[in-house]
Amino acid sequence: MATMLDVNGKAVAVTAAPDTPLLWVLRDELQLTGAKYGCGIAQCGACTVLADGQPIRSCSATVEMVASAKITTIESLGGQHPLQQAWVKHDVPQCGYCQSGQIMSAVALLAATPKPTDADIDAAMDANICRCGTYQRVRAAIKDAAGVAAPAAPAAQA
Amino acid sequence: MNAPVKLPQPSATRRDVVVGATLAGGALLVGCSPADILGAGARTPVGAFGPFIKIAPDGAVTVISKHIEFGQGNHAGLAAIVADELDADWSRVAVEQAPANAKLYANTMTGAQSTGGSTAIANSWTQLRKAGAGARAMFVEAAAKRWSVPAGEISVKDGVVSHAASSKSAGFGELLAEAGKLTPPADPKLKDPKSFTLIGTDRVRRKDSQAKSDGTARFTQDVQLPDMLVAMVAHPPRFGGKVKSFDATEARKAAGVVDVFKIPTGVAVVAKTTWAAKQGRDALKVEWDEAKAETRGSEQILAEYKALAGGKAPEGKLKWQAFETRGDASAADKAGVFEATYDFPFLAHAAMEPMNCVAQVDGNKAKLTFGSQIPSVDQLNTAKIVLNLPGAIEIETLFAGGSFGRRSNFQSDYVVECVHIAKKVGKGRPVKLVWTREDDMAAGYFRPLTHHSVRVATDKDGYPSAWKHRIVTQSLLKGSPIPSKGLDETTVEGAKGSPYLKATPNVDAQAILPDIGVPVLWWRSVGATHTAFVMEHTIDQLARRANKDPVEYRRALYRKAGANRHLTVLDLAAEKAGWTTPAPAGWTRGVAVHECFGSVVAQIAEVKLVDGAPKVGRVVTAIDCGVAISPNQIAAQMEGGTCYGLSAALYGAITLKDGKVEQSNFDGYRVLRNSEAPSVETYIVPSGTAPSGVGEPGTPVIGPAVANALLVLTGKPTLSQPIVKA
Repeated sequence: MATMLDVNGKAVAVTAAPDTPLLWVLRDELQLTGAKYGCGIAQCGACTVLADGQPIRSCSATVEMVASAKITTIESLGGQHPLQQAWVKHDVPQCGYCQSGQIMSAVALLAATPKPTDADIDAAMDANICRCGTYQRVRAAIKDAAGVAAPAAPAAQA
Repeated sequence: MNAPVKLPQPSATRRDVVVGATLAGGALLVGCSPADILGAGARTPVGAFGPFIKIAPDGAVTVISKHIEFGQGNHAGLAAIVADELDADWSRVAVEQAPANAKLYANTMTGAQSTGGSTAIANSWTQLRKAGAGARAMFVEAAAKRWSVPAGEISVKDGVVSHAASSKSAGFGELLAEAGKLTPPADPKLKDPKSFTLIGTDRVRRKDSQAKSDGTARFTQDVQLPDMLVAMVAHPPRFGGKVKSFDATEARKAAGVVDVFKIPTGVAVVAKTTWAAKQGRDALKVEWDEAKAETRGSEQILAEYKALAGGKAPEGKLKWQAFETRGDASAADKAGVFEATYDFPFLAHAAMEPMNCVAQVDGNKAKLTFGSQIPSVDQLNTAKIVLNLPGAIEIETLFAGGSFGRRSNFQSDYVVECVHIAKKVGKGRPVKLVWTREDDMAAGYFRPLTHHSVRVATDKDGYPSAWKHRIVTQSLLKGSPIPSKGLDETTVEGAKGSPYLKATPNVDAQAILPDIGVPVLWWRSVGATHTAFVMEHTIDQLARRANKDPVEYRRALYRKAGANRHLTVLDLAAEKAGWTTPAPAGWTRGVAVHECFGSVVAQIAEVKLVDGAPKVGRVVTAIDCGVAISPNQIAAQMEGGTCYGLSAALYGAITLKDGKVEQSNFDGYRVLRNSEAPSVETYIVPSGTAPSGVGEPGTPVIGPAVANALLVLTGKPTLSQPIVKA
């Protein structure tokens, strides 16, 4: 039995059972591998995608739960989204594995709060773990993309 | 899209297979270098400019990295070394991952193809400078011939070769055919570091930021191959357990499950999709044989370590081994001297991408596609299973979602597991082994639980006069193919060689390494994960007892020890942090300094207590890492290393109860999150010496810096980690 999903503006029929987590449908069935598996219990945020603009942890949302929602993944941003440009400008990624999730959380943050404060960033981005510790650059890139005053760029002076 | 993978063609003779199997069994051949042995059977085409450089007809340069990129930024640094000597156009330089071939791509410091010990840049420095300079010389010679002008009058800039007097110029692409026919010079002239145009500038930025910001960077987890199966494995709940029996009836009923079978490490479920494999494994019933399993818990292990450090006679072959001895340290046994003990828990690396591997096995041919940190060892361990020469095992190394040491172990644990499954599946059919977070966290290879006992007598000025130090921890070299001679230095590094011990006239420092049935491993910064904390926190307590400023106290000891680099980074950090001026209202400063992997890092952290828990704000970091190739990425490693170290110091703990790991995921194994991250500023000491490590030295310093601030804030030392109790 196929379930119809709306992914990145396209209607797609997926064959996975309705209780399959969205993450595995995106990755294994739709070949959208930007969202990553990190914990499977909505603790790390590596699998973050948007459902009707809200960040969700796709590892813990089943296909049937999101069947009526508009799903947006990192692949829909096109590579030149202002947040992606800021990410590249600040060389945010290290290993890179969590960054699709970080960026999708940031997309939702800026959609709801175009000029976020540090407290807004704390609240929105604490759901996304980065073991490489790119947090400071994630913050700087969000502020840069939002056009809010960023603290001095990380110094690296010889 | 992934093209179907072509497996290596049959090449090994019967004799080769026997030799390969013998080598893989650990035998040493006299007269062979490690690279000869590890590279046996390897076939990698090498182009005109050697194994590290490819140049396209349009002049674009590709630098081949023998090291995996899992966050350290080494791909940018390695490419910049080549590009600077080659005088290439940096905007047209790309990086490609080398295949596994120890003959071409051995780490010059280990003899095997390996990434680790913060050596990627350091071991490649001269090798890649020569590669770049050699290719440049070939273009110069080709141009000189074409234009009939003296080579000495030719200059190269941004990939363009020019002769000013005749106004002639040509790009690398235009000269490619002629240059490619020349023989690379054996000993090309290297640049005077003063004339570097790229190295040390902010232009040396990551080459992978775009791919890692748009979801296209390819990790093992993302590998999809035609007809690929996904495998999950049910592992024993305790280390050393084995499968007694299993019932796969229900597992086989799960939709998409293809097969269920026993492998040496557990029971494998192979399925058409990841979710199907998980469903199958969840339905599996396994009975475990735990006769030889480790059943001790963390508390029991720690109690045994404390007893040993406290004087209990070691049993059997276990014995204390001295790592630094000088004079007569018996004064440290007297009552009233400074004394402290420190306890450190097991730690999981908890890289964002749980361990995984893709393998294809067809007879004695094997191809692995994954984030291989030590291809040579992964080849060797795979060769044992498929009976082939190690070099004939093909490895395509992908980006890895972090490692922090986890992907480098002598057993190639998860790799071997995947190869066993792929061998059983056979016919070259690709198998992707996926570990869940729970699998990853319970699999061991932890930073070992560790106990230190320190007693220090001081002189009339309050400086150490006798230092007695005992370390109880597990060896990290168990299972190493290199026979161990004497003490495993990785367990004591950082205490051994400490300038504070050097400055102490009487030292009695020993370690003992009990054999515990919990697999342990290097964890970002290795021995320094505990030694840096003990040395640096002890020093602040001694300074406090002596009523001396901790920065001044350190300076005196560094002068005594001749530790000039320590002195330099400390001075730089103190100046930038404004050590002699009051901290911002509400904040308290703590300092720490540590040398590891050839680099010295000083940090001054501003700390306050919020609801009783430490909050870290500004962290001023000074590093001496030799020539700074990419200041931006050095800063990134200081930022990231600090977060990794702070996460462990504040929250990190894996605990065992009756031999079972109590944490299974990020809900129980707390890690640092964005709002808890400090703001790290990095200052690099100008240096003309060869580059040293950057990936790890930023990790071990923050813990003691925070503990030293808390000492001021609360008056109490931090004697056990994590600082924030669960």
